[in-house]
Amino acid sequence: MSFRNTPLAVIQDVDKETLLTPELRAEIDKHVAKYPPEWKQSAVMPALTLVQDHNGGWLSRELMDQVAAYLDMPETAVYEVATFYAMYDLEPVGRHKVCVCNSISCMLGGAEELMHHIEKKHNVAPGGTTADGKLTFKEFECLGACRHAPVVMVDKAYHECVTPDAIDKIIDDLD
Amino acid sequence: MSDDKITLEIDGRLCTAVPGEMIIAVADREGIAIPRFCYHEKLSIAANCRMCLVEAEQGGRPFPKPVPACATPVNDGMKVLTRSKKALDAQRGTMEFLLINHPLDCPICDQGGECELQDVSMGYGEDVSRFSERKRVVKDEDLGPLIATEMTRCIHCTRCVRFGAEIAGLRELGATGRGEDMRIGTFVERTVAHELSGNIIDLCPVGALTSKPYRFTARAWELTSEESIAPHDSVGSNLRLHIRGSQVMRVHPRDNEAVNECWISDRDRFSYEGLSSPERLTEPLLKRNGQWQTVDWQEALHAALEALQAPGPDQLGCLISPTATLEEQYLLQRLVRTLGSDHIDTRLRQQDFRGDAADPTFPWLGLPIAELEQQQGVLLIGSDLRQEQPLLAHRLRMAALDGATIALLNPYALALNHASLQLVAAPPALASELRALSQVLGKPVQGATVEISDRHRQIATALQAAGKAGQGLVLLGALAEADPDYSLIRALAAALAETAECRLGFLAAAANSIGSRLAGSLPHRLPGGAAPKRPGLDAQAMLTDPRQGYLLWGLEPDRDFADPSLAMAALRSAKQVVACSHFKSAALDEVADVLLPISAFAETAGTFVNAEGRWQRFQGAVAPAGDARPGWKVLRVLGTMLEFDGFGQNNAREVHDEVAHACSGLAPDNRLSDARALTAITERSAPSAGALTRIGNLPIYASDALVRHAPALQRTPLAESLAVYLHPQQAADLGLTEGDQVRLIQGAGSHSGSGSVGDNAAAKEARAPVVLDDRIALGCTRIPAGVDGSEALGPIIGPVRIEKIGA
Ligand code: SF4
Ligand code: FES
Ligand code: FES
Repeated sequence: MSFRNTPLAVIQDVDKETLLTPELRAEIDKHVAKYPPEWKQSAVMPALTLVQDHNGGWLSRELMDQVAAYLDMPETAVYEVATFYAMYDLEPVGRHKVCVCNSISCMLGGAEELMHHIEKKHNVAPGGTTADGKLTFKEFECLGACRHAPVVMVDKAYHECVTPDAIDKIIDDLD
Repeated sequence: MSDDKITLEIDGRLCTAVPGEMIIAVADREGIAIPRFCYHEKLSIAANCRMCLVEAEQGGRPFPKPVPACATPVNDGMKVLTRSKKALDAQRGTMEFLLINHPLDCPICDQGGECELQDVSMGYGEDVSRFSERKRVVKDEDLGPLIATEMTRCIHCTRCVRFGAEIAGLRELGATGRGEDMRIGTFVERTVAHELSGNIIDLCPVGALTSKPYRFTARAWELTSEESIAPHDSVGSNLRLHIRGSQVMRVHPRDNEAVNECWISDRDRFSYEGLSSPERLTEPLLKRNGQWQTVDWQEALHAALEALQAPGPDQLGCLISPTATLEEQYLLQRLVRTLGSDHIDTRLRQQDFRGDAADPTFPWLGLPIAELEQQQGVLLIGSDLRQEQPLLAHRLRMAALDGATIALLNPYALALNHASLQLVAAPPALASELRALSQVLGKPVQGATVEISDRHRQIATALQAAGKAGQGLVLLGALAEADPDYSLIRALAAALAETAECRLGFLAAAANSIGSRLAGSLPHRLPGGAAPKRPGLDAQAMLTDPRQGYLLWGLEPDRDFADPSLAMAALRSAKQVVACSHFKSAALDEVADVLLPISAFAETAGTFVNAEGRWQRFQGAVAPAGDARPGWKVLRVLGTMLEFDGFGQNNAREVHDEVAHACSGLAPDNRLSDARALTAITERSAPSAGALTRIGNLPIYASDALVRHAPALQRTPLAESLAVYLHPQQAADLGLTEGDQVRLIQGAGSHSGSGSVGDNAAAKEARAPVVLDDRIALGCTRIPAGVDGSEALGPIIGPVRIEKIGA
């Protein structure tokens, strides 16, 4: 054998029209169109993001299975992607996600302190959601903006060189 | 070709290679050891363990870093160093990282002593670990009764994951999570249900995946290894039996590219458990006044001889399991024929013998097993291939992945792990479907046909195109063989194959079905395939027209026949039944008068002839259970006691040589002597209006007595139990829903000549739950054969009546 140069598609014997919603399918199709036809599974990441956004920020197993069926992938392959990347949540989340980067640059730049601050102030451990359901607090891998460490992503917006005071303000302004 | 070769140097040795080959493959060929975990010849390259790092240079320029030998293609003039300081440092470094999270408690690990990680760390690692932090722990998953997990030991080589995706075609295992949190598992805990799943035990380089039945019962160094051949399907997988004392502790595959590559099916791997079943027959028994008594061999043999001679030649019938060795079958036919009877058969699950006169002498697969992968168009007729021949299904899957058209014609659609074109029709319509295919190709055959659909056109033209390229194949499987119209189906298949210029092949059902043709243990075949003056009665005729005496060999009469009720009735009515058996059973207790314990698989020397006509000899590896004796020896003694000629062999080899001599010059050939004439046979399976046809498929773990006695296999999801599978629409028509308990009634002789035997309707009644399954053709119902409860039923393919209980 050699390197695998063909995708491992499976035949998912379901009516695709019954999966997800028509709008989601249309959006996913736009991504699928970017790849050669036999590589539609390349669209799995944008597809999961779309589905997650549509589902209030998290992915249930049923939804992942539907994405797998829609893209003719083995379910396990979708679980692999969804569990690998930090931006997918597999349990219900709060209204907002506060993601503190704790990779090397940010760690050296004070991310740990920032995290302790959030943890204390909002009484929530990394990975958890505040009691009022406002925040899900996550420790993140490198966000790719190391030059301005520490970096915090709040929902889809980046905040750079964040201090404890700055994060308080950002969180207060939510909702 | 020759100028395609390049040369390179590995550790100073000049090697030739094909461009694009990986360093590790060349080194393996040359016998140069490079450590590895993730690389496997039969799997795609992942290059994720980094254990195979070597130093290399090209054109005098060294690669800046060590390169993975498994993922670096060779080039002309390349120099590779596998043992340089740089290479060894890299390997040592990788080893240290791999051991960071791996428990260092080999004494309590089942893999200890045969662990690749242990071996490689001895050879390439350091003595002492510098890692003093806490190791990670991973929760185990329950993967079912065959595979034990200890996922903390996993080193993430992903061999098991790639096996699932690439070989099994069912990706159940995956690597979820990331970094320290990465783990191999099913994510949603489920039993791995695949007929080849046990191979991941061999693939796993560490003790993360081990054999559940074997685990912690022995250490590798206590075991001796004997070569053997698998006794179930007709692949004849090459095995290595691992033995301690006189017990087979486990079974491993033995590489044979032409037969089983490096894989074996779970059936071949775990059926050895049946050898030590408490139900083994371990002493000769005699029935006296209805009571079973243990006797010594001498007495038992005398009783057996008396019983065999009493009925007179024409009244003696001999029925043999097709998993009996060539030697046993040969001596059996010699014994029975010298006693004056030609009533001998191994085709226990066949119902239609009208085509016997046209039978090819040495039928076979039609091509070598390995060539299945190169076929471009294959039509499988009447075969639940994954259940019947797991490794042949794997070969066809490889062909399908390569773009071949795999078409199937079956009474129910199969769940396959590759693309296929399936035609589904109730048995009476199978013939019409075949005629339709011939008609598409412009060679109509006389008789009814179904309306031609696009699918027929697609299949027929694909077959023809493949046939033109010399890569087309029409295969007949076990469901076809069991059909009451097998002769017709076979003739139509042959006609179609001829028209489409495809080869015709037979999927011989059991390990030695083909051997019967050569050993002469059939009513119309003598050793070497010659025809006797007058053929004897076939397996069905011996039962519909009962004999006074029977000799049964290696079978369970209530499980192994096309019509178990008919068989039991005939045996009950017989005066004398001598059964040579591996197992005790209530059915044998009831019908037999003499029970002789014979050696099972692994306990006797013998030969199996596999589907492709390959003769494979094997030696007895362990002592027979209790007082059992190798079958060929029992027969030799019987023959000698009768002072018959030709029973003087000193060992199994001599028996083998006699058969081989009789078969010299015989080559496999599937030509039917009178194919066209046979297409005019009339269907007899046409059901009366509104009647259902039972499809009695043989579930994978019900195929023969040994498998049926293997406990772990019986606990897997693939071990089906008696149920009535119905198309939802069919069920609705019958007023049934999922889970309803129904009574099954199969009348005797509904399509066979004699209705007198076993007409006792009450005896043919079974109860089972309804399961809805939209893969079943309308007009039939799948009711498995060979399983508990099925013994009360009639023909495996034949009419059945279903009545709701309590309605
Ligand atoms: S379980 Fe075994 S085969 Fe599978 S990834 Fe882990 S070490 Fe490799
Ligand atoms: S380390 Fe935080 S953004 Fe890269
Ligand atoms: S064997 Fe080469 S990286 Fe694993």
